[in-house]
Amino acid sequence: MRRSIANILRLGIKELQSLARDPVLVFLIVWAFSALVYSVSQAEKFEVDRGSIAIVDDDRSALSGAITDAIQPPFFQPPALIDAANLDPLMDSGRFVFVVEFPPRFQADVLAGRKPTVQITVDATAMSQAGNGAVFLREIVTREVARFLSDAPTAKTPPFRVAVRTRFNPNAEAIWYSSAMTVINSITLLSVILCGAALIREREHGTIEHLLVMPVSPTDIMLSKILANGLVIVVAALLSFTVVVGWLMQVPISGSIALFLLGAVAYQFSVNALGILLATFTTSMQQFGLLVIPILITMNLLSGSKTPLESMPVWLQTLMQAAPSTHFVAFSQSVLFRNAGFAEVWPKLAALVAVGAVFFLVALLRFRQSVTRAQ
Amino acid sequence: MTPLRQEPAPGDAVAWLRGVSHRYGAAIALDDVSIAIPAGSMAAVVGPDGVGKSTLLSIIAGVRRIQTGTASALGGDLRSAEHRRAIVERVAHMPQGLGRNLYPTLTVFENLDFFGRLFGQDREERRARIDDLLRSTGLDPFPDRPAGKLSGGMKQKLSLCCALIHDPDLLILDEPTTGVDPLSRRQFWELIDRIRARRPQMSVIAATAYMDEANRFDWLAAMDAGRIVMTGSPEEVRAKAGAPDLEAAFVALLPEDRRRGHKPVEIGPRPISDGPPVIEANGLSKTFGNFRAVDNASFRIEKAEIFGFLGSNGCGKSTTMKMLAGLLPATSGTAMLLGQPVDGTDIAIRRRIGYMSQSFSLYGELTVRQNFDLHAGIFQLPAAERAPRIRELLERFELDAVADALPEALPLGMRQRLQLAIAVLHRPEVLILDEPTSGVDPIARDRFWQFLADLSRKDGITIFLSTHFMNEAGLCDRISLMHAGRLLAVGTPEALTRERGAASLEEAFIGYLSDAIGTPPSPAEPAAEDTSPVPAPLAPLPPPRKPGTARFDFWRLWACARREATEIRRDPIRLAFAVLGPVLLMIAFGFGINFDVERVSYAALDQDRTGESRAFLAAFEGSTAFLRQADITDPAELDRRMATGELALVIEIPAGFGRDLAAGRSPEAGVWIDGAAPFRAETLRGYVAGLSASYMADLTRAAGTPAAAADIGLRFRYNQEFRSANALVPGVIMLMLMLIPAMMTAVAVVREKETGSIANFRATPVTALEFLVGKQLPYVGIAFASFLILLLEGTVVFGVAVKGSLPALAAGALLFVMASTAFGVLISSFTKTQLAAIFATPVIAMAPALNFSGMLTPVASLSTGERLFGLLFPPAWFQQISVGTVSKGLGLAQLWPSHLALFAFALAYIAAARLALPKQER
Repeated sequence: MRRSIANILRLGIKELQSLARDPVLVFLIVWAFSALVYSVSQAEKFEVDRGSIAIVDDDRSALSGAITDAIQPPFFQPPALIDAANLDPLMDSGRFVFVVEFPPRFQADVLAGRKPTVQITVDATAMSQAGNGAVFLREIVTREVARFLSDAPTAKTPPFRVAVRTRFNPNAEAIWYSSAMTVINSITLLSVILCGAALIREREHGTIEHLLVMPVSPTDIMLSKILANGLVIVVAALLSFTVVVGWLMQVPISGSIALFLLGAVAYQFSVNALGILLATFTTSMQQFGLLVIPILITMNLLSGSKTPLESMPVWLQTLMQAAPSTHFVAFSQSVLFRNAGFAEVWPKLAALVAVGAVFFLVALLRFRQSVTRAQ
Repeated sequence: MTPLRQEPAPGDAVAWLRGVSHRYGAAIALDDVSIAIPAGSMAAVVGPDGVGKSTLLSIIAGVRRIQTGTASALGGDLRSAEHRRAIVERVAHMPQGLGRNLYPTLTVFENLDFFGRLFGQDREERRARIDDLLRSTGLDPFPDRPAGKLSGGMKQKLSLCCALIHDPDLLILDEPTTGVDPLSRRQFWELIDRIRARRPQMSVIAATAYMDEANRFDWLAAMDAGRIVMTGSPEEVRAKAGAPDLEAAFVALLPEDRRRGHKPVEIGPRPISDGPPVIEANGLSKTFGNFRAVDNASFRIEKAEIFGFLGSNGCGKSTTMKMLAGLLPATSGTAMLLGQPVDGTDIAIRRRIGYMSQSFSLYGELTVRQNFDLHAGIFQLPAAERAPRIRELLERFELDAVADALPEALPLGMRQRLQLAIAVLHRPEVLILDEPTSGVDPIARDRFWQFLADLSRKDGITIFLSTHFMNEAGLCDRISLMHAGRLLAVGTPEALTRERGAASLEEAFIGYLSDAIGTPPSPAEPAAEDTSPVPAPLAPLPPPRKPGTARFDFWRLWACARREATEIRRDPIRLAFAVLGPVLLMIAFGFGINFDVERVSYAALDQDRTGESRAFLAAFEGSTAFLRQADITDPAELDRRMATGELALVIEIPAGFGRDLAAGRSPEAGVWIDGAAPFRAETLRGYVAGLSASYMADLTRAAGTPAAAADIGLRFRYNQEFRSANALVPGVIMLMLMLIPAMMTAVAVVREKETGSIANFRATPVTALEFLVGKQLPYVGIAFASFLILLLEGTVVFGVAVKGSLPALAAGALLFVMASTAFGVLISSFTKTQLAAIFATPVIAMAPALNFSGMLTPVASLSTGERLFGLLFPPAWFQQISVGTVSKGLGLAQLWPSHLALFAFALAYIAAARLALPKQER
């Protein structure tokens, strides 16, 4: 046991020394946690934000003007007035996602109680915005028409009121969320590749074999890699959170950073183990590269950070329980945004460790065989 | 650049250098070298490893850029690209390393065929030449064997065939026989002699570290530390040095300070040991698949004995040593080490052995001292003992001057010494050394052996080593001759020589080898050995083709493409990953990515518990968006259950709600939404507003209020049913066609840099453009096939049909995969390691494909800067084509600018890759 710990530390230090001498890798790590986090978290938004909208106004009345004025940032960009004739090419080119059309004599018909139709056209290929955007537009139109009519004092107080309050991120600031999720994605991307590819490289250079004739067990080798790479990534992620997200992007981080770090450590263990596991399934760097891409994309898109997990089919939700990122995303949301404490999130931590342990054990069983087979 | 001095070269020189210096970083490889190499002769550059022989030869071959000085080959200035292009078809360069320029998965015939194609030979000419070369080298029985499965000697013969396929006038051989068994070595040089007899005008320049080989040559240049020490015929060199043989002559010619301390190896008599053997192998065998690497090996090694394994590369020496070191399990037979059966999982025994593998296996990125520290830690040397022990070894192995240098910067001999020092750090009882002196110069080798002798005689360490040097074998206490997995003989060198009645150990070994080969190979062993020499008469070859000077030749490009395609075919796992990955991902994403908010868990905190409050709560139950959970009883529970993320929505109804409602006092119900994920929060806000509004409308309608004053017509364009899959399929196609093809090509070029076959690019007429595009071509094909499969899958599984122009989509996809594979090629050409390429590809390509392409966030919603950033990569352009044709029913008329942009990307990436991959090495 003491020997193992000493070995893990020794080899871990070696791992750090190697990394320090590879400027390309160091650069890519720094880049992924700074520029990438900064740019992606600005761009990654799935709520209606700066929706591009055009108005075809064949009425040009006070009412159509009032509705147009009510369409405002941050949900929508200032509406552009276009001709009905340009509608098709502009939508085809993706210039506008929403178009609102007021028919001629719209206001007159409203006043006369003839129930005219406002046509809202939505580009449904912009799937992240189309549904919600349509709901918002509908609400705006209904509200403005009602307000317009209520100038005539027929308005009634509603029977009851509903006060909707958002907890944890009261202004629904997209950047809070996207910045945290982008850091998580960077963690995943770097850890899996770094740990797996480092193992393949050592295997190709014969240094693993060299270690295996010394009093070092495969467990020591694997744990040292996980420890060293994990340390680098956790420190990088912490810096990214405090410097890039907290200071540069001015995102207030309300949750417990210490608890998040604990989770990040558990997450490191499981994604690094995943990287090693993938490396044992491949015989060359080429194969590893091709195997790792689909897994990274899946973990990026289906872990619940981009689209809600509960909207996925049940079989896929079940399958995604095997991905450590699913648990870590849920954990991070609770800790970072909901101020959850250990008592609330320990089941997710346990799941992370359990998934990681399975990866680790399978990798361990395959380790020796994969080293000698690749010769 | 200094102007070319117009002095005439020595009249009969095939190549000359004047004042050439070359450095790699701080290390000087060539130091002001001036030399003229006679034409039409066999010339050799001799000298130990790392003195600059390879650099010298690669400059003459035109594959390395000249830093300072002038050089000429075949009558022209090597600094002129035009001259290099003109002579590339007349020069052949066989780089150092066993079969390093061969493609291991390609067969013997395919390797040769590839080279023939690069030199523009037509089918008949290639056939004739390949037949002729295979016959004359005795490789003709194995045209279909993969090059990687050949023995070392056969690999070198095949390499030579590849070099000779175009009848060069200047043949440059960089240590062609290093690591090859003596019989194959002899055959190799006989082969060269026969070829020269046929084409006497051909000049040969070879480098060798075997001094005994140097006698074969007409002319020698001895090198040391980047300088030419002496030139002349072997007799002249010997005479000048006043030495009996070349090896002694070489030592005598060295500068005083290098020679100091050099003396012949002295090995004392072996102490008689009566204890049990330290190593004992009984009927040890190892089979890989149907290949028998070690066949029934039995031997015993006594304490403090120096026991040598002699044999060529690939004969099973390393496999046997790995079995004894516990690295490989034996297929059958037993191995005992220090009185115990070898057990790979036994950690205690590893403290008692020291192992040094064939290739350098210390950490190149750690300094000498860091490597020592690492191993001292692993072997748990007591802390107090560590520093003195390391100091002692640094001193004893004369490494103290380089303690803080990186091993990569050290000459090979010193590196091997470092490996030995580290192998004995923990005072092992047994040393297992796999070819410890391969490529080390005579002086360094003698010194290395003196260390071994001391370790054996003074420290009583048992040494088991392998070698292919005859003179080293002569120093062992006992040796065993190994060939094709079998032990041919075991005994003292003297006894073995005597037994065969041979003049030297080498003669004896060749005798044993010939006997072994004469016997028919057993079926379990697919003839991995060399065949007996078949000196077939060499027929006159078809006249060499007129050298082509075309800057671009489609057939050379085609040769590269064919070769890459064959290599891919031989790796079906990679092909499966490339094709199946996207298919599975489309299923996962098609079903999984769904921006609709469904099945949201919510609960009620109903403090009213009246019919009115229940009626309002019931309004939420009808929607598929919500999934009601157990009610909340107190506010603390609300906090807790929302904090864990269990509940995304809570409806709180205050006490008195029903009463106030009935009284028309307009009470207020509260709704809490989890805002952690903003897009979901926003959707929920919309849902709640809608549900409450319609519930209130129901309430008031009962009271008789007029309905809405305006209708709202809502039309989802391009996707009337508003299905996620419809919107997603085009995006997934884009994503897959960007990342997978880029990853496939990202390793393509850099892998050749690591394995060494990039040398063929430098030394043959193929241009960078032909090479890069040729490598790219098969991947374009695979990626396009993958596109067709994805399109079919989209139609069959998700019912997403192409509404617009299919040809426009197909053309776009083709251009897009050209761009994405070119992106990979670009990464591959500027990275130095596969690791960096694999790391860089997703880190660079993932964000533009996912976040800035319009797949997830509409491009129109991005800020100007973000939009421009997205447009700097191909995905944003193809996303328009993909969505435009599949969902929007558009065609080329609207989309052609995107097609054009993709084409421009493909060209720009290839052009940049071309710049990052110069034809000449630095």
